[in-house]
Amino acid sequence: MRPLRSLWLGVPAGAAALLFGLPVLGLCLRAPWGELVGLLAQPAVAEALWLSLLSSGGATVLAVALGLPTAAWLASGQSRLRTLVRLLVLLPIVLPPIVGGVALLAAFGRAGVVGGWLAAAGVVLPFTTLATVVAAAYMGMPFFVLGAEAGLRSFDARYGEVAATLGAGPWRRFWTVTIPLVWPSLRTGALLCWARALGEYCATQTFAGNLAGTTRTMPLLCGVAMENDPGRAVALSLILAVVSLVVLFAVRRGLEVGR
Amino acid sequence: MPCSSASRARAVRWAVAAALLLVGAAAACGGARAATASVRVFAAASLAVPFAELARRFEAEHPELRIELHTAGTPQLVLQLREGAPADVFAAAAPEHMAQVEAMGRLAGAAREFARNHLAIAVAPGNPHGIQGLADLARPGLRVALCGPEVPAGRYARAALAKAAVAVASRSDEPSVVAVVTKVQLGELDAGIVYATDVRGPAVQGIALPREHDQIASYPIAALAKGGAPFGAAAFVVFVTGPVGRAVLQAHGFEVP
Repeated sequence: MRPLRSLWLGVPAGAAALLFGLPVLGLCLRAPWGELVGLLAQPAVAEALWLSLLSSGGATVLAVALGLPTAAWLASGQSRLRTLVRLLVLLPIVLPPIVGGVALLAAFGRAGVVGGWLAAAGVVLPFTTLATVVAAAYMGMPFFVLGAEAGLRSFDARYGEVAATLGAGPWRRFWTVTIPLVWPSLRTGALLCWARALGEYCATQTFAGNLAGTTRTMPLLCGVAMENDPGRAVALSLILAVVSLVVLFAVRRGLEVGR
Repeated sequence: MPCSSASRARAVRWAVAAALLLVGAAAACGGARAATASVRVFAAASLAVPFAELARRFEAEHPELRIELHTAGTPQLVLQLREGAPADVFAAAAPEHMAQVEAMGRLAGAAREFARNHLAIAVAPGNPHGIQGLADLARPGLRVALCGPEVPAGRYARAALAKAAVAVASRSDEPSVVAVVTKVQLGELDAGIVYATDVRGPAVQGIALPREHDQIASYPIAALAKGGAPFGAAAFVVFVTGPVGRAVLQAHGFEVP
């Protein structure tokens, strides 16, 4: 079989490289490189970076804890209810994030559907750090659930049957056979979820508010800087990009299995 | 190894691909050049409603011109202008922002004040917390938010609080008056400081500030240099500052100079 000729791959791939590369180049040309290290030492920046890592990390933990059972159930068959749940899980990807934020307020806010009960139980989410975790999880979890479901669906059930003939119960089969085999999908889904959570801006600003030290994550700090000092905003976004690349690289290496 | 006919075939394919790209680019340019009689107006977010009406009225008077209205937070408009966004008219929510655009050398003429706004405390309809003035905002347990200090409305609100010697812990530095009004409306905030023109709807109630605490927001307008429609731009500025413009702005709660 002849491989695809390089031209037919090269032209669109080159166009894609321009689409993704030129904006980065533009940012790099604008960035006040000399101030970059000094920025990291500013308490407001360190605080925002910490809040970003906290909220995106918390959101990913929440997404995996709730999303893995959801994905396992979604992958375990076909039904109208599953289709409905899948659509609901997909919705945050489609919704404009500001609507996502208003929807979260309408559900968990003080005047929201369950806000009164939450308040009675002493839980008031809006304007708290916990709300940044919830907003980020709402926007990021779909990526994990979709990735995990796709992985679980492509899992060859015969491995499980073999394990069953060897005497493994359902839980043992799930943890020792299914999970290791679908691990790459779970890992990719979790990293996508984390990346989306890290960049979350609008839903967080709407649901959690924008207060330095409590809810002002890096994207929100970038937004504030963009209003009066675009150069600073560019520098902040580069810091966020570098930190996220470092974390992604480290986590990917840490999550490799069989190496 | 490729023989010479294979490399010629590859060269032909490259040429075809390049030609297709050129044709596509040329078509895109031609399309953009077709619209010439439109005047692009950059206006502060708080002007969105009156300016939509002004644009309609202006087009009725000048059928050969079309207004393209673009509204956003004033700092964002300044950012877009700095990045070279094509625009013919700029209407800002604060003179500082107009000064920034002037410093870029983008103004075609002097800016003039065309409207003024006051501050108001936005509360839920019926004023359930009985808020009478700025001093009430310091009450413990009350959820209050202001716009961030980088937004004109946030700067004005802080100046008013400083004048009244009231210390308010803002729960969140909101990005715009729209965000504050939305959260008061949703019941998430008990009160927030916004413009008087933002609290005219039925969803929120406005408490006016006493004259000694109030801040006057001044809105300047100017035609921009290097725009695509200099005559249309000048005509729109005259229209906004003229009798029709003044009447429409007043009908939407603005004061006119």
